Amino acid sequence: MGIGASAFASLIAGKGAAAKESPFPKARAKRVIFLFMAGAPSQVDLFDRKPEMHKLFKSKLPKSVSKGQRVTTMTRGHEQLVAPTMFKFSQQGKSGVWMSELLPNLSTVADDICLVHSFNTNAINHDPGKTSFCTGSEIPGKPSMGAWLSYGLGTLNKDLPDFVVMPSAFWSGKVNVQALYARLWGSGFLPSKFQGTSFQTTGDPVLFLSNPKGVDSKVRRRMLDSLSALNQKHHSEIGDPEIQTTISQQEMAFRMQSSVPELTDISKEPKNVLEMYGPEVNKPGSYARNCLLARRMAERNVRFVQLFHRGWDHHTNLPVHMRGQCRDVDQPTAALLKDLKMRGLLEDTLVVFAGEFGRTVFGQGNIARDNYGRDHHPRCFSGWLAGGGIKGGMHYGETDDFSYNVVKDPVRVRDLHATMLHLLGVDHERLIFPFQGLDQRLTGVEKARIVSEIII
Amino acid sequence: MIIKIKQRVSTYFIALGMVWGMALPSSSKEISFNRDIRPILSNKCFACHGPDEHDRKSKLRLDRSDGSDGAYREKDGTIVLKPGSLEESELWHRVITDDVDEIMPPPKAKKEPLTKEEQALIREWIESGATYEKFWAFESPKKSDFPKVKEQGWSSNPIDLFVLKKMNSLGMSPSEEADKRTLIRRLSFDLTGLPPDRSELRQFAVDDRPEAYEEMVDRLLSKNQYGEHSARYWLDLVRFADTNGMHKDYYRNFIAYRDWVIRAFNENLGYDNFVRYQLAGDLFSEPSTDQLVASGFNRLHLIIDVGTALPEESFFKNVTDRVTAVGTAFMGMTVHCASCHDHKYDPLTQKDYYSLFAFFNNIEAKPETERGLKNGIQPPFVAVLSSDQQKRIKELNSQIAEIQKKAEATKKIEAVEKDPVKKKSLTEELTELDSEQNKLKKESEQINRTLPLAMVMKERNEVRPTHIMKRGQYDDPGELVSRNTPEFLFPMKKTGEVASRMDLANWFVDSANPLTGRVAINRFWQQLFGVGLVKTAEDLGVQGEIPSHPELLDYLAVLFVESGWDIKALMKEMVMSKTYRQSSLMTAEKLTSDPENRFLARGSRYRMDAEMIRDQILFTSGMLSNTMYGKSVKPPQPDGLWKSVTMIGERFKADSGESIRRRSLYTYWKRGMPPPQMTILNAPIRDACVARRERTNTPSQALLLLNESEYLKSARNLALIVLTPKNANLAQRIAFAFETVTSKLPDQKEQVMLSDLLKSLQSSYNSQPALADALCEGVQVQGAGQKAELAAWTILVNALYNLDITKTRE
Repeated sequence: MGIGASAFASLIAGKGAAAKESPFPKARAKRVIFLFMAGAPSQVDLFDRKPEMHKLFKSKLPKSVSKGQRVTTMTRGHEQLVAPTMFKFSQQGKSGVWMSELLPNLSTVADDICLVHSFNTNAINHDPGKTSFCTGSEIPGKPSMGAWLSYGLGTLNKDLPDFVVMPSAFWSGKVNVQALYARLWGSGFLPSKFQGTSFQTTGDPVLFLSNPKGVDSKVRRRMLDSLSALNQKHHSEIGDPEIQTTISQQEMAFRMQSSVPELTDISKEPKNVLEMYGPEVNKPGSYARNCLLARRMAERNVRFVQLFHRGWDHHTNLPVHMRGQCRDVDQPTAALLKDLKMRGLLEDTLVVFAGEFGRTVFGQGNIARDNYGRDHHPRCFSGWLAGGGIKGGMHYGETDDFSYNVVKDPVRVRDLHATMLHLLGVDHERLIFPFQGLDQRLTGVEKARIVSEIII
Repeated sequence: MIIKIKQRVSTYFIALGMVWGMALPSSSKEISFNRDIRPILSNKCFACHGPDEHDRKSKLRLDRSDGSDGAYREKDGTIVLKPGSLEESELWHRVITDDVDEIMPPPKAKKEPLTKEEQALIREWIESGATYEKFWAFESPKKSDFPKVKEQGWSSNPIDLFVLKKMNSLGMSPSEEADKRTLIRRLSFDLTGLPPDRSELRQFAVDDRPEAYEEMVDRLLSKNQYGEHSARYWLDLVRFADTNGMHKDYYRNFIAYRDWVIRAFNENLGYDNFVRYQLAGDLFSEPSTDQLVASGFNRLHLIIDVGTALPEESFFKNVTDRVTAVGTAFMGMTVHCASCHDHKYDPLTQKDYYSLFAFFNNIEAKPETERGLKNGIQPPFVAVLSSDQQKRIKELNSQIAEIQKKAEATKKIEAVEKDPVKKKSLTEELTELDSEQNKLKKESEQINRTLPLAMVMKERNEVRPTHIMKRGQYDDPGELVSRNTPEFLFPMKKTGEVASRMDLANWFVDSANPLTGRVAINRFWQQLFGVGLVKTAEDLGVQGEIPSHPELLDYLAVLFVESGWDIKALMKEMVMSKTYRQSSLMTAEKLTSDPENRFLARGSRYRMDAEMIRDQILFTSGMLSNTMYGKSVKPPQPDGLWKSVTMIGERFKADSGESIRRRSLYTYWKRGMPPPQMTILNAPIRDACVARRERTNTPSQALLLLNESEYLKSARNLALIVLTPKNANLAQRIAFAFETVTSKLPDQKEQVMLSDLLKSLQSSYNSQPALADALCEGVQVQGAGQKAELAAWTILVNALYNLDITKTRE
């Protein structure tokens, strides 16, 4: 039943009736580094420049703009007064894209990044927002994008996982820190070997990697030799090929005991490279360290690396927290792009930077010129992409004067997913897994659009 | 570039191969619509030409033949399907053409065209009359005659007859019975989740009486561990967990529910009542505590804490989650697909869905939880009383009421009493009554305060109106619907004006219900054979896999209902079969002809679940605690895991002592970060209902079993036991360890390999006393030599725990 594998093969070979041309888009990227800003950074203060707002300080957001849209319970029934950003924007690079003064380092690579201002989502709260961004659906139980990719694309290296997740161990915006969930890098209904491996900042980077106290690598090797011989013997008696898999996975585990420490050991990185990422790079678990590790993983062909940096949920005191958060990410992110570029890796590594939604132009709590907070805003938000077939130095999509509604070229979460897959050479409508009677996809059942305007 | 594409193709190829597995070959030449044709039509056509009216193209549906939209209809001179005539059947031309504008499915559907084999089947079907059949799972199961088989001497058990008939039709024959040690190990794991202990094992190995096996089955079914093990599968299915699973992921308390599930299995509560209690336990006229606790099933969904989300959206999500659980657990159907539109494959309309929804949206509970509830209990809840406590509370209540009455009467008299002496004595009497009443109240409060609480289902007095929600949007109500069961299934009997959840529960366990029995049987079969008769245990609908042995599934389903839904009897029936008792040894021929063992010409062999692997390590090393029931426990896990995800500053703090050695089903389950010892070995996160687990074999699993510190401590404990007897020789010690862990005796070769390993480990540790010290930390061992010996034995046992045969059910 179902698609016979042979049918699939004949289709690829061009024998099938509908297969006049290759069903696969051309692959521009081999791997992805996803910088996830958990908590939802304010597009109003970082990316979406709205100079007109300064004249409207503390004036009411017109009903014609908000159209009575739903807000969270935190600001439901409150007056919606405009809180313009206190941060200055200026044009950067040859391309002259507008960047906030909060991101001086990222501004130096402005020509490499494509700023998207027209992201939008249905979710208005963090949990469904992140779940939707990371798995394509607000409802838990679906595979994460990294799991889809390792399922669809297979492995590029034999000693490391295909999908690595690195949450920052600390961050500056220590308010309303939003939870992460294992489902954000889980495998959902896909076989769990596709789930993300979360690198730990304390103890072993990969769980249970180190030999326990009292076991050195010689003892372990000796034990594995006998274990393997015994398993071989049982295989010859029982005949189950799965026993061979067990043997090879035990050997892979042993290899990982050296390949992972080699990966996470940054002692041989030249001083100038370390300096590029900033002083925090010396602290294990920092966003800076994780950016450097992401580059090392890209070099080793880890397919999907996802960083989670929390602390962006600024309902109050936004300017203070924002400065801190930007200090955390600005320099390391810029360094990551430069570093990848220097090594010729940027052209086939797609880098994405985004949070789960945006923030309201109207203030939350007390509003002053230099102090305000912002509530959740799903109708529009900004993020950026770079490398891996993306046009640099451009703005894409437009919002209205209030950074409230998308007015041009909307990009929904599923459009972003479809575009990412496209860049990796995968047709999002063909990357399927039958489960519960449906051909499940990362992009869901509704039509998704490949944002071809931002692709080289 | 060509190379790249090739690479990608091969991964797709592997992925697809893995997903689709093998097609079940037809055992007879005759074309069957249900077996051969519906799966093709469903996969390729139903999305646009199926039950969903909204998306139906060209007003054509291929899921039925009759009607103006049906496949036999004639429109503008074309007939889609003309029984007996390929030439006149448009469908045939459209699936074989090369013309991209004509071919079905069209390229834009991104579905692959029909394969040659599929085309051949369609051809044969049309030529032989293009007959439709009703979908098997929606028709009541029928008992068919026991089949005639060639090898009549093999078995007379009906299960075996059905299985053998299938084998015969495919030219296969059954395997020998497994050896006794394998058999008792298999049985023990399948029924209790634990291996046999050495005395059971040795006794059984030499007991050649024919009734020995059956006695063992009965003994295992009566063990308390049977209920614990069976409960664990159920807890996956209903997504049981210790946290809310959303936003701040607060603690919650469903301990009483878990305890009830364990007891229900051990007391062999009929599956009909097992279902009734969970769906509608709160609606019995005088519900028992068990019935109320069981109704907590309706509260197991994920839930957000108050303050950020919109309550009306949260409410809608909760009900959706609840209905989804009912669909997966009791119907084996993906009902939630119909929350936004008519089901694409099953004949379930959006109206059906919301009619079902209407039974579950009348809960008297807040849609969001309070923040940081210490006891993890959110109303409505009940106190869980023992029967003694129940009696006492009843007594107290009636005594209090009596005194109350007396006091009121006395008060009235006192108020009008003129005589000061009499008045004084009345006042004194009142004070006395008062203090007596207070004493009783205090006792009652004392009992109540210390009682465990359980969250339960509670119906609102006034029935909430239910609308079809357009596109599944919580804030977009459409047509009003009333409570009902899906129209394509048999009708429900209403006991009142408005159907109740109890009516629904009774409909589920009505013997006419085609789904409930089959869905349950299939999962129990899966528990014993590794794969269900329908592989897609979560979906018996049109897109699910068709059963490998349909008559057998039906036979068992009928038997199950006739037995009064007796689960233990069913389990016994299955494990008593010869099919179950076959050896799992594989020959190249058996592997090629049936790689997944769907036709059961051998015993199944597969890696055990995470819980079984951990429990086995604790059990065989003498570490396992036998304590049953009660609050969840936290065995140690690597540092920093909770810290990396929490938003409320939670830190994991491991328990100590006996708690950390309890069976894994009692392990604390934080949905945001479940215990890695479980998830690495394919335990689901428990944020969605899961009817079957994946089984993978990965390096992280190898790392876990090699290096986990508690597992190593267990290995050391077994090493200590091995070393305890003073006058045992090396071979005896090795045999003891090997037999304890694997239930088998080592042969000569294994003896040699293990003693070689021991010697070289011993010399390693002798030459590095510090290393031996580190491994022996916390154990009382004197002298460097003895430490080296213990260290070497620990690693030897660690090797035994990592053998493929140890983690595998054979």
